[in-house]
Amino acid sequence: MSSESAIDVHGLSKSFGDKHVVNDLNLQVGKGEIFGFLGPNGSGKTTVIRMLCGLLTPDAGSGTCLGFDVLSQSAEIKKQVGYMTQRFSFYEDLSIRENLDFVARLYDMPNRKQTVQAGMEDLGLMDRADQLAGTLSGGWKQRLALAACMLHRPRLLLLDEPTAGVDPKARRDFWDEIHRLAEQGISVLVSTHYMDEAARCHRLAYIAYGHLLASGTPEALIDQSGLSSFSVKDNSSALAERLRKLPGVQQVVAMGNVYSVSGQDGALIEAGLAGLPDVRFERTDTGLEQVFIQLMENVQDAAP
Amino acid sequence: MKSPLAWHRLWAIVLKEFVQMRRDRITFAMMVGIPVMQLILFGFAINTDPKRLPTVVFNASPSAYTRSFVASMENSGYFDVLTSPATVAEAREAMAIGDVQFIVSIPPDFSRQLVRGEKPALLLEADASDPAATGNAISALNSLNQSALQHDLKGPLATLGTPPPSFEIRVQRNYNPEGITQYNIVPGLMGTILTMTLIMMTGMAMTRELERGTMENLLAFPVHPLEVMIGKILPYIMVGYIQVAVILIAAYFLFSVPIVGSLTLLLACVLIFLAANLTVGMMFSTIAKSQLQAMQMTFFFFLPSLLLSGFMFPFRGMPVWAQFIGEGLPLTHFLRIVRGIMLKGNGWTETWPNVWPMLVFMVVVMLIGFKRYRKTLD
Ligand SMILES: Nc1ncnc2c1ncn2[C@@H]1O[C@H](COP(=O)(O)OP(=O)(O)OP(=O)(O)O)[C@@H](O)[C@H]1O
Ligand SMILES: [Mg+2]
Repeated sequence: MSSESAIDVHGLSKSFGDKHVVNDLNLQVGKGEIFGFLGPNGSGKTTVIRMLCGLLTPDAGSGTCLGFDVLSQSAEIKKQVGYMTQRFSFYEDLSIRENLDFVARLYDMPNRKQTVQAGMEDLGLMDRADQLAGTLSGGWKQRLALAACMLHRPRLLLLDEPTAGVDPKARRDFWDEIHRLAEQGISVLVSTHYMDEAARCHRLAYIAYGHLLASGTPEALIDQSGLSSFSVKDNSSALAERLRKLPGVQQVVAMGNVYSVSGQDGALIEAGLAGLPDVRFERTDTGLEQVFIQLMENVQDAAP
Repeated sequence: MKSPLAWHRLWAIVLKEFVQMRRDRITFAMMVGIPVMQLILFGFAINTDPKRLPTVVFNASPSAYTRSFVASMENSGYFDVLTSPATVAEAREAMAIGDVQFIVSIPPDFSRQLVRGEKPALLLEADASDPAATGNAISALNSLNQSALQHDLKGPLATLGTPPPSFEIRVQRNYNPEGITQYNIVPGLMGTILTMTLIMMTGMAMTRELERGTMENLLAFPVHPLEVMIGKILPYIMVGYIQVAVILIAAYFLFSVPIVGSLTLLLACVLIFLAANLTVGMMFSTIAKSQLQAMQMTFFFFLPSLLLSGFMFPFRGMPVWAQFIGEGLPLTHFLRIVRGIMLKGNGWTETWPNVWPMLVFMVVVMLIGFKRYRKTLD
């Protein structure tokens, strides 16, 4: 992480009515860093992103975004940030080209026509250039929104679930593009529910109920969780129930006829598994998914 | 310090609005269609020169002269002389209901006085609640006065038949003393159509962004509220001018409404009136939470404009408080301007007293709208 940070906010809070949606949140994103923002539905990810680009006023907290004050300089922030909304919010009665042209004009892009053309080519939108945005399929709408928020070459990208509904190939292309941009020094804050995408981030933050529960590199988060995982093979379909009842087992996930079992006390689980007749098992790496589910269950237990 | 406003952003909004307007064919057709439809209704379906109006004659002085007069009334085509009701009281009731348009009362010694050259008077009571319906009939009657009796007054009486008229017709306009002429309709129609359609269109401008979810993006762009507001108003100025052109051309050909004053001055005043209405729409748009609410607000504003501007009722006939409200409405001033320029040939000096109130109105409304404009999603 470079000394200069793209996002540096402290004590950010926001409530709607008497509902606290974001509580005392600290967030630092370095220049050129890809920062993954995770959390269950309704945990406040979108709200945080909106506060960062001045769409919502925080109730408390302070900080900077690209060196500009989030409270007083949102006009400057907006010029240099590319924000992709979670819900498609381009004009459905405008074609792809017209939407991008609108954005290019707003930012007063030099060589507007070429910029729009290049933006469309990057995301494979050429064939549909003159199709009305409202008639595009979900994934293509996402691509249009992506193209639009990168069009003015922002220094910081705030992407709110950018790849929801996008096919695997396009997702991979998109993430390759994100990494390419990061290498050029562009910072990215991206919220996602996909674990493979989380794994491709430099650093992650996990929030639930508006509280930051954990943050760090994917590896560090896995280490911190202290989870041990095993993959268990058996043909008996009743195995899941028996595995759940084993001492120390916290999560059981069935994947075809392989079960993934994890818990914090590895030795205890190992002993339990060894006691089961005709079951083959081996230790595996813990994935981010297990870590986050663990985090989520812990908060639910702690919640009043 | 750099100005927060930039042409390129304003232009981006204007272009976007134009494309959207072009795509929304139904709305566009409506905006041009409403004035056309209204004018056709006013021009053809609503006949401002109706014939064969139901008339009751009470002839207390039957003679060759009066019979000949009644016959020529019928011959003029404007009057349909009925045989009932039989009494004046019944006839008045029938007029109140609307079954009778005119009551002609010829006094008992009318014929005698006529022969003596004493210029007797007969009374014509007209239901003038719709002055456009009675105006032509009354003037036809007045000219009958000059010609009807020329055949009957012969020999030594012939001198009585030539102008000046041999008898007097006293016209009593019931229900509507001020008597609006049909020329009022065109300026009034122009003003009301513009008020309604334009406020409605711009009223939906911001709420549409809100409802379709495009507001979030619009707010995330570095675009100044004034750029958005003005950018959304400009295309509708053009729409307003199209409507005005349609109305003026049709008025000229359908009604032969004269344009005595300067057309340039008229069009300049139209610009101010359009801008005033569009800012009202924008202001509503920043307050309303949905397109439906914006519609309701439009009608909330439109009805007083319609009723208190002097379009429906004579302005001077209204109570003081209503006049006070009316003075605040752009339509009131616009009606005076348009009537003044089109019918009286008013110039800039006579027009200015009605221009500045519209400008003041516009600035105040613009400020409210600007204050109310959402800069965040809070
Ligand atoms: N304008 C608003 N008024 C009231 N409550 C709101 C508003 N916006 C968001 N919320 C509430 O704030 C909470 C957090 O919402 P937010 O959209 O930030 O969640 P999220 O983490 O983005 O969820 P998801 O993963 O589903 O996108 C939710 O409970 C939501 O109902
Ligand atoms: Mg969200």
